[in-house]
Amino acid sequence: MSGLRTLPPLAAYALALGDDALILAQRLGEWVAHAPQIEEDVALANIALDLLGQARTLLTYAGEIEHAGRDEDDLAYLRDDRDFRNVQLVEIPNGDFAVTMARQLVFSAYQYELYTALLSSADATLAGLAGKAVKEVAYHRDHAVQWVLRLGDGTELSHQRMQAGLDQIWPYTEELFDPAGTISELPGVADPATLRSPWERYVTSVLGEATLQLPEPRWRSRGGRDGLHTEHLGHLLAEMQHLHRSHPGATW
Amino acid sequence: MNQPNESGARGWPLWEVFIRARRGLAHQHVGSLHAPDAALALRNARDVYTRRGEGVSIWVVPSAEIVASSPEEKDPFFDPALDKVYRHPTFYDVPEGAKHL
Repeated sequence: MSGLRTLPPLAAYALALGDDALILAQRLGEWVAHAPQIEEDVALANIALDLLGQARTLLTYAGEIEHAGRDEDDLAYLRDDRDFRNVQLVEIPNGDFAVTMARQLVFSAYQYELYTALLSSADATLAGLAGKAVKEVAYHRDHAVQWVLRLGDGTELSHQRMQAGLDQIWPYTEELFDPAGTISELPGVADPATLRSPWERYVTSVLGEATLQLPEPRWRSRGGRDGLHTEHLGHLLAEMQHLHRSHPGATW
Repeated sequence: MNQPNESGARGWPLWEVFIRARRGLAHQHVGSLHAPDAALALRNARDVYTRRGEGVSIWVVPSAEIVASSPEEKDPFFDPALDKVYRHPTFYDVPEGAKHL
């Protein structure tokens, strides 16, 4: 059952942002015990938990606006992939550490612009979330920058792999800035299109300092916000949702 | 950039972490970690040791730069202090009514 088409626009907006954060949190969690160093396990887990916190606020808010009795758990665990509104960027597999850092740079730089814009939102819940999240995301962005600089401007091999990581995720970046359906009718949200130029300025300067090339992909992803996803999301959801679906309401 | 000699797992050097819990307190040693350089050591320290609001300031120091007394030196270093009770201010009568002592 979809039911998403009937979502009020503000609920759909909150759900889209919340799904981005939720799915990336799940992906980053996969690094725990697999990162190059235990310190990096902890760093990535911290970032994942920040994103999970943002997702909880946004999903809860979406559920409240929808007014159909769905809470954060219902939205996280009981929807199928076609009902998720996240961009495809956050669902594609982690790849190697360089791929993950490329994605972290791109996504956290986007989220930084997003939450900065939402600080002055007319919507009190979104503005409140942004106040807390912008500090978290500033750290996520810094963490990614540190690694992109070191890998990009490191050895020949690290440079090569960092560039390959960027090339791999770049086709998925444009989707972040697609106009979201009815967004122009919404008061107090951030129009994704306006986030693009500050985002590009920032990312371009980091890549320049890291001696990396801005990729020029020949295709781009589309459709995540409309529920069209890569094959990878279903597998991710199976892992994320199976416990809740097997034991509804389980707590510990 | 700082590159201490002592290498840990996978070639990253070890760093000692000091955290100040609040303004007015001294930094306290809380543990150690691996990091490739000083900037990342500071960030790793933030992630590993301040996740529950433990601090307002972090120092990281390359472990190799710490000069420590050795256990063999324990007697000459510390024993002579034990029998010098006059170094403790216990031989003074506190005047009646003196406050803040």
